[in-house]
Amino acid sequence: MALIRWREGTDLFSQLDRMQREVASLMGAFRPWTGNDFATFRPEVYPPLNIYDNGEAFVVRAEVPGVDPKSLEIEATGDTLTLRGERTVAEAGPKASYHRREREAGEFRRSLTLPKPVDSSKVVANCDSGVLELQLPYAEEAKRRKITVKSA
Amino acid sequence: MTSKENQGMEVSEKRAIEPTAGEPTRQGIMYTPQVDIIEDPEAITLYADLPGVKRDDVVIDVREGVLSLSATVAPLPGNWQPLYREYQVGGYERRFNLGDRIDTEKIAAKLENGVLRLTLPKAESQKPRKIKVI
Repeated sequence: MALIRWREGTDLFSQLDRMQREVASLMGAFRPWTGNDFATFRPEVYPPLNIYDNGEAFVVRAEVPGVDPKSLEIEATGDTLTLRGERTVAEAGPKASYHRREREAGEFRRSLTLPKPVDSSKVVANCDSGVLELQLPYAEEAKRRKITVKSA
Repeated sequence: MTSKENQGMEVSEKRAIEPTAGEPTRQGIMYTPQVDIIEDPEAITLYADLPGVKRDDVVIDVREGVLSLSATVAPLPGNWQPLYREYQVGGYERRFNLGDRIDTEKIAAKLENGVLRLTLPKAESQKPRKIKVI
């Protein structure tokens, strides 16, 4: 259910997903565009992520504070991206006690489908200040091409 | 599509807040960072999730027993077309009452992988002491 699909699937969940996206984008159409007011979906799986298009590549950003960049495993095949990693938090020692414990820890795995295939050999991943940023250039065959019409 | 493909940790949504110390001049959303606070005999240690925050953009202020944390996040390049969004980008702000039991001179802060670790050593008079009976 939490797998994001752009292509219309036949199962009920992806249909519901698509409906939810369409309704949200309709709602968004009635609000003034402020750049930060794009419809936000409730993340169901860690980590919450945003996807952008910069004209040449998809940019996937995920907030992963406390995740050691070395623990991250990223796989891109065609139009599917999989993120895996582990987040650790400091544990209270035997003589210590918690005043607050709000941060989650554990292993995570998340897959998503991109709107079109990407060139997996050119994917660049960067994790800085607890934000993972992936640049996924479109695959050559998915790029828009101008076709010249020959005439005799 | 199945739960096998996506698994693991619970996600908690970012909580937007009204800034407590006056409105920032720059328009934007402020969030409450999630924290762990651990007390041991020597100190109180606070861990706050501040993804996207650079070292120079954190302001930590301890004044009259109140710890104020605030941080700003650089905006994204304007030419990125958003396709899908699960979180919004904004600054962080949170305050805690410490009382006067912290040695404010010795507070230490470290920012690593988007997590701020703040060590607040207890004032000497507040540390537990074993009293020997003669």
